[in-house]
Amino acid sequence: MGKIIEIRDLRVEAKTDSGRVVEIIKGVDLSVADGEIVALIGESGSGKTTIALTLLGHTRPGCAITGGEVVVAGRDTVTMSEAQKRALRGTEVAYVPQSAAAAFNPSKTIMDQVVEVAKIHHLMPLPEARKKAVELFKALALPEPETIGQRYPHQVSGGQLQRLSAAMALIGDPKVMVFDEPTTALDVTTQIEVLRAFKSVMRERGMAGIYVSHDLAVVAQIADRIVVLKGGEVQEVGTAETIINQPTHSYTKALIEAFHPKGRDPDARPESAEPQPILKVSGLTAGYGAVGSDGLPKFVILKDIDLELERGRSLGVIGESGSGKSTLARVIAGLLPAAKGSVAMDGVSLGQRTKDRSKEELRKLQIVFQLADTALNPNKPVGAIVARPLAFYHGMGGREREAEVDRLLDMVRLPKALRHRLPSELSGGQKQRINFARALAARPELILCDEITSALDTVVAAAILELLDELQRELGLTYMFISHDLSTVEAVCDRVAVMYRGEKVEEMPTSRMQSGAEHPYSKLLIASVPKLDTGWLDGLHQNPAISEGMNRA
Amino acid sequence: MNALIARLVAKRLGIMLISLLIVAFAVFFATELLPGDVAQILLGQSATPEAVAGLRKAMHLDQPAFLRFLYWLGGLMTGDLGRSYANNREVADLIAGRLANSLELAFVTTLFSVPIALTLGITAAMFRGSTYDRLVSVFTVSVISIPEFMVATLAVLVFAVYLKWLPALSVANDVHGLGELLRIYAMPVITLSFVVSAQMIRMTRAAVIDTLDTAYVEMALLKGASRRRIVLKHALPNALGPIVNAMALSLSYLLGGVIIVETIFNYPGVAKLMVDAVSTRDLPLIQSCAMIFCVSYLLLILIADLVAIMANPRLRNQ
Repeated sequence: MGKIIEIRDLRVEAKTDSGRVVEIIKGVDLSVADGEIVALIGESGSGKTTIALTLLGHTRPGCAITGGEVVVAGRDTVTMSEAQKRALRGTEVAYVPQSAAAAFNPSKTIMDQVVEVAKIHHLMPLPEARKKAVELFKALALPEPETIGQRYPHQVSGGQLQRLSAAMALIGDPKVMVFDEPTTALDVTTQIEVLRAFKSVMRERGMAGIYVSHDLAVVAQIADRIVVLKGGEVQEVGTAETIINQPTHSYTKALIEAFHPKGRDPDARPESAEPQPILKVSGLTAGYGAVGSDGLPKFVILKDIDLELERGRSLGVIGESGSGKSTLARVIAGLLPAAKGSVAMDGVSLGQRTKDRSKEELRKLQIVFQLADTALNPNKPVGAIVARPLAFYHGMGGREREAEVDRLLDMVRLPKALRHRLPSELSGGQKQRINFARALAARPELILCDEITSALDTVVAAAILELLDELQRELGLTYMFISHDLSTVEAVCDRVAVMYRGEKVEEMPTSRMQSGAEHPYSKLLIASVPKLDTGWLDGLHQNPAISEGMNRA
Repeated sequence: MNALIARLVAKRLGIMLISLLIVAFAVFFATELLPGDVAQILLGQSATPEAVAGLRKAMHLDQPAFLRFLYWLGGLMTGDLGRSYANNREVADLIAGRLANSLELAFVTTLFSVPIALTLGITAAMFRGSTYDRLVSVFTVSVISIPEFMVATLAVLVFAVYLKWLPALSVANDVHGLGELLRIYAMPVITLSFVVSAQMIRMTRAAVIDTLDTAYVEMALLKGASRRRIVLKHALPNALGPIVNAMALSLSYLLGGVIIVETIFNYPGVAKLMVDAVSTRDLPLIQSCAMIFCVSYLLLILIADLVAIMANPRLRNQ
């Protein structure tokens, strides 16, 4: 079998904002045989996307290839002229972007963008290209293949857009497909459909591909071989089977370990005589938009939710995007008034909005947001960010406050020296720890964690989850842990509530999650989480929960 | 889509009426505050107090200001702009000719400056960071910083006084043929274009750069699209909203803000008319000019918003 891609000693340099030049790809060798799919896996900053883009002769602004060669179908993209690169893109090598929602031009119809490759490269007359696009839509199992192309990107769902972006890549019959984390932004249930569509199309056409991802379980389903990257260097290469079952490199081992979070042992914690409820949510209905004559907002997001959180325990809230998880946290935190129902803490009903709540009530209940990047003031040093709630809730000042900041940083396992840095000078994991330390500064009893590990790499996220667990044991905290990622919920929660279209469809102990789910949606959601098993995706059609759930949805 | 636009237009027209009322009120009382007396100015230094008082009575100037404001407003409702204090002619007649002149100048300047501004802005964005881009930036910043009377005076000095290519004054009354028309308009148009295009260039560049940094532009690049195609087909349609808004803001300057240029080139436009009216405390005329500037500004902004909506399928299909 010939090699369609051969990367030899590839080196890429990037210029930072401060003008420093850093080598981000340090001599990578890589090859892909005809019809083979090779996965590039690693954390953010490992250089996986940078390598993938060199196949199209492209580097992001500020980056430049400084050495090595990238041979695609016998030609080196590094030495190509701009015109040659343009001719290569879309016809020989095609790209499927990470976020199709952002990669589609909002002001043009989908069809215009799908057939654009044919138009740019004069591959075929437009009517023929449109016909071919419709064929591709069918092959990718898109609904209404005849007319979906007439819509604008904002009129179709994320999963559909992701498959449409694959159609956009396939239209030029490329020899190599480059997938750049194409399912990262999707819900697990949608991810399955997209993965299946990708896999069957690739298999049918016998195309070679590079699949970039940080998710080992996803990669295990689609790749023949896996290349593990870290810091711009190849750590380990092997077939999907070997990497998953016999990893040799320590980083690969850490990746796989992070995938199997230590399950909770409910007996390990002191069993209080009687579980005391700390938060009780009853009959909660809420939404956005103008309130109508029936007292309900125009867009009802939450419908009649009942929840109870026990002190010192964790409740996981899972569900796909749009199911109302974050809205629930916002209502409990007083950021969004409820239309109906009540939220009571320690038996006392809380005000609708934060301004109706006492300082003490505010202090006891803290919320940590998903994106530390946007939740932390970029112009304030870390120390000031953490010190703010200390002054606000506890009136601390001077040396006492400084000492407390040090203690909090220590609590989230960060060195004290970080207190003078700005958020932009921290890594993603460090930022999320600061975000959490700020909530801890209030000395809360209940913390609402809204997808706090979703934006982090697997290994980093696992460390944060471990920290959460430790702090819970030390401080007796109660968590409400919102996530779309079931394995993280499994790792930190005692009970789990499943949300579906604004309703709580089921609640169960985490230990029963795999076997005891009863609602068809819960079953579908739980069965959709990819397993570290190369045969998982192909074996899915035999899983009744999936087929039944898909038919319902 | 049509319902949405109709609703927007209706809403904007409503807001426009309120704005006009507020502007009228403000201008009226600001003029009241000006020192001096219309009757005194009209009759000259040697007028007897009796004559002044008589004229004041004849012009209803002895009535309370608020009442006079209401009279004027009532007249406006019925389409009567009133009579000029200074020469007792219909304000409508006075303005009509001047407005045509002003619109003509504005039109020619728009025709000249918009394509130039668009081209410079877009190309500067395309070659961001290049020497060309820096040159354009330096040029626009210096043009913004140099006051227009300076540009105008320099233009007169160079083209009219030293080179004698163009007439120093732009009197459009006796024009024979296209060549002469161009000669007359050349200097005011160049001066005004300098002033209005700088802002447009900067905003166009910024808006196009914003869209050039998006994922869909990178996607277009990875589909093999040429730079030209990327900018014109992918970036520009999405940058249209902010660009058109910047243009509306700049162009609105062409009616009310051109007083300096009109004065220097002795061009008979509305802005000059208004300033002359201020010097004679000619309230009805001042008011009417202010209304015209206000309407033209609001209309331009409305058109810009409509274009922005039409360019965005998300808004268009609501």
